[in-house]
Amino acid sequence: MTYVSKPEIHHPLLPVNEIGLNRRDYEGSVSTLCAGCGHDSVSAALVQACSELSIPPHRFLKVSGIGCSSKTPAYFLGNSHGLNSVHGRMPSVATGANLANRDLHCVGISGDGDSASIGLGQFGHIVRRKINMLYIVDNNGTYGLTKGQFSATNDLGSTSKKGQPTLYAPIDLVSMALQIGASFVARSFSGDKRQLVPLMKAAILHKGFAFIDVISPCVMFNNHDGSTKSYDYVRQHTEHVVDADVVLPTEEITVDYKPGSKESVNMPDGSLLHLNKLSDDYDPYDRVKALGHVQEAQERGEVVTGLLYVSQDPHDCHEILETTDVPLNALEESALCPGASTLLEINQNFR
Amino acid sequence: MTTYNDFVIRFANVNGSGSASANGMFAKALFRMGIPVATRNIFPSNIQGLPTWFEVRASEKGYLGRREGIDIMVAMNAETYDEDVASIVPGGFLLHDNSQGGDRRLNRSDINDLGIPLSKLVQSEFEDPKQRQLFKNIVYLGALSALLNIDFEIITGMVSEQYKGKDDLIKPNITAMELGRSYAHDYMKSPLPIQVRASDGVGDRILIDGNAAAALGAIYGGATICAWYPITPSTSMAEAFEQHASKLRVDSDTSRKNYAVIQAEDELAAMGIVIGAGWNGARAFTATSGPGVSLMTEFLGLAYFAEIPAVLFDVQRAGPSTGMPTRTQQADLLSSAYASHGDTRHPLLFPSSPKECFDFAASSFDLADRLQTPIIVMNDLELGMNDNLSQPFVWDDERSYDRGKVLDRKKLEEIDEFGRYLDIDGDGIGYRTLPGTHPTKGAFFTRGTSRDEYAVYTESPEAYTANMDRLLRKWDTAKTLVPLPEIVDSDQKACIIYYGTTEMPMSEALDRLSDDGIQLDTMRLRAFPFGEAVTDFIDKHDILFVAEQNRDGQMRTLLVNELEIDPNRFIPVLYYGGLSISADTIHEQILAYYTDHNLPRLKEVQS
Repeated sequence: MTYVSKPEIHHPLLPVNEIGLNRRDYEGSVSTLCAGCGHDSVSAALVQACSELSIPPHRFLKVSGIGCSSKTPAYFLGNSHGLNSVHGRMPSVATGANLANRDLHCVGISGDGDSASIGLGQFGHIVRRKINMLYIVDNNGTYGLTKGQFSATNDLGSTSKKGQPTLYAPIDLVSMALQIGASFVARSFSGDKRQLVPLMKAAILHKGFAFIDVISPCVMFNNHDGSTKSYDYVRQHTEHVVDADVVLPTEEITVDYKPGSKESVNMPDGSLLHLNKLSDDYDPYDRVKALGHVQEAQERGEVVTGLLYVSQDPHDCHEILETTDVPLNALEESALCPGASTLLEINQNFR
Repeated sequence: MTTYNDFVIRFANVNGSGSASANGMFAKALFRMGIPVATRNIFPSNIQGLPTWFEVRASEKGYLGRREGIDIMVAMNAETYDEDVASIVPGGFLLHDNSQGGDRRLNRSDINDLGIPLSKLVQSEFEDPKQRQLFKNIVYLGALSALLNIDFEIITGMVSEQYKGKDDLIKPNITAMELGRSYAHDYMKSPLPIQVRASDGVGDRILIDGNAAAALGAIYGGATICAWYPITPSTSMAEAFEQHASKLRVDSDTSRKNYAVIQAEDELAAMGIVIGAGWNGARAFTATSGPGVSLMTEFLGLAYFAEIPAVLFDVQRAGPSTGMPTRTQQADLLSSAYASHGDTRHPLLFPSSPKECFDFAASSFDLADRLQTPIIVMNDLELGMNDNLSQPFVWDDERSYDRGKVLDRKKLEEIDEFGRYLDIDGDGIGYRTLPGTHPTKGAFFTRGTSRDEYAVYTESPEAYTANMDRLLRKWDTAKTLVPLPEIVDSDQKACIIYYGTTEMPMSEALDRLSDDGIQLDTMRLRAFPFGEAVTDFIDKHDILFVAEQNRDGQMRTLLVNELEIDPNRFIPVLYYGGLSISADTIHEQILAYYTDHNLPRLKEVQS
């Protein structure tokens, strides 16, 4: 197990979810990231989201690449299997994992270096393949583990801690995901748990490729004046478009949101996805307009957050490939091996 | 004097001219007459317009390796005509299109002219320019059937088979074939003194390429996931897997697939998919060639240290990427055996026939699961892409897959404590669990090496060293599990060690050496790492030749490095021109060594 030094005992009144587990059952080992790191808030939000969905922790699997973000799967879902793979290649490992066992909820954690630089190719192609998973990028615009180099998501002109500006245009993973065809695309902020947790829940239940770009400030190397990925900048330049929440089949609808127009979408497991549109001219079902909106906001230096796009008819890779309902890793030998008599016939075809 | 079932015929064509199916039918016709045949497709990295050659060797004795010297040349390519004519052995035959008239043997008065007005014949019979081009191939096939005395019913039967369901294609094909056959009967001295006759030399053997054989082996071995990126000469393996799986692996009730094939964005992703699947307990493989192995090396290292089963088929070719991608070699041994950073070693399997491609493919998944590590099957273009004569495939229905040490939910309930990397059995192999197995037991976080026996993060030097030492124990276990070498030991002082497709010309080379008074014991290596049988065989021989198809003697290096044997003990026998090694090469190099070193022979060379 990955637990390091968390106390075994927890408060007796800690609330339990529908399957009798409390939040601690969804936690992992103690984080070794810097105090105040946005990534720890993302992990905490995931713990809360998974717990509130009442999915047994061992039915998740966690994959990551390399970097500060990719260390975080050790810090949540300690009763799930996790694989810390190689830099930029989490998408391919997630693809293999999901192909092997379609029944598990796959959560991939990556960073902006991991997904927008070394892994940009793999990012694009997992979007195409529509792997049924939640893909989170902890986006802080910097290489933390190697001490503060710019990453490819950093905005043009955004400065380093020493005041050097970024010289190159940013890669926007949200726009890429929209363009290539992700069926669930959101952006959020590690400091806005109220927005982030419901988005994560919706993304986990979404049957298809769900992408959440979480602006997650790096307190060590990218949280100063002049940075566009700092706590202050993001708080001051955020535009919420659509808030989302998942209401499980057994729950009462008690969404407490700012006023806006509300809509509901059926989820594959029978729950409802509630959407609260905060901006009247925003249509979360229109992929092309969503892409335009995100790009326009970026031009203005604004960060659009919330559920940016959700497909009303999502598909996943297993549907595309027409694979059997039984997870491929659980097929019996009788379903796998055609047997001796068939082989005799095959030999005859090569006579 | 007439010779039967013993010749090399080469078809010199232009890539994309439709010659492949005619030439393939030629080879198959001989095979169906019971004559042992070997086919070699020598082709450029190109789709249309460049020279391509197809070579068929018929050998009653079953010598199926490449042999130097062409007995019959079907010279259909103006661009290579001169060199094609030059490659014919004295007394050989030149079949060419003489529609323009004249003897076109150039200066070769020592060869026989078989001019046929191919263009004129097709022009008189067919209107469509495309048909005229295609049927030229069929006309020469018909002529050859007369010249070589091939059973005509067998050839025409194959046309009907090939175009089954496309009846409008069968008739003109047979017409074209009859055109050629009649011409050869009417205007040429048919049959030639080189000809074929029905034989029982094939027995129950089949004719199949190694890539298709390996693909079938992967299906029988239980592979459910194939992730790959197109690269010659491995592409046809992934395609064959998909093709066979679409027939053999579809649920009869639901029509849904019990397999998944992903054409990945590159080789890195292909290997990542295999590792993600292997981590989740599905049998997965990728097929690639040398450049792909280079790209996969980081992932191979992760799989080695994280101890995740994976199977990789390396269909070797002449390197590098901008080299000769359509030519064969055995030149990826070192890059595969030690692929990746850190102290890594990977088991390699060396099939030498389609039957072994099938067998090793199937058993590689057992080995990968048992050893929890990548297994690399070292195929090559010669075996992978050419139709080779092979023993038929056999499967024992009593056989069951070895899934290795995997703790299921019930077994997890029974144990007190789970430690992923504990060496409980002393064989260096820990027990693993698959994601999703148990609510509270057996979950662990997989990383490279920075962990202890319980998969808890640590950078402790002691934990690292202990882990690396355990991996060596696992390596020792691997030595006892991989296929044993095939040894022929008649207590000679000298021996030859070889592997893979170097097997193909070996019996012929050994017979020729024997005629020269040189008797060699043989050891065909079938796997790396080397077990005791390999060491014992080497220990008891004084003169050790190592024959292989690369420049640097890569197997020799592995033997020296792994067994700590004096390099001077191994005499390299090498060929690295991009074609397959021939009996001539092996024979000449060993004979030269005996001559240069005044080594004794059983009898003097008979002149």
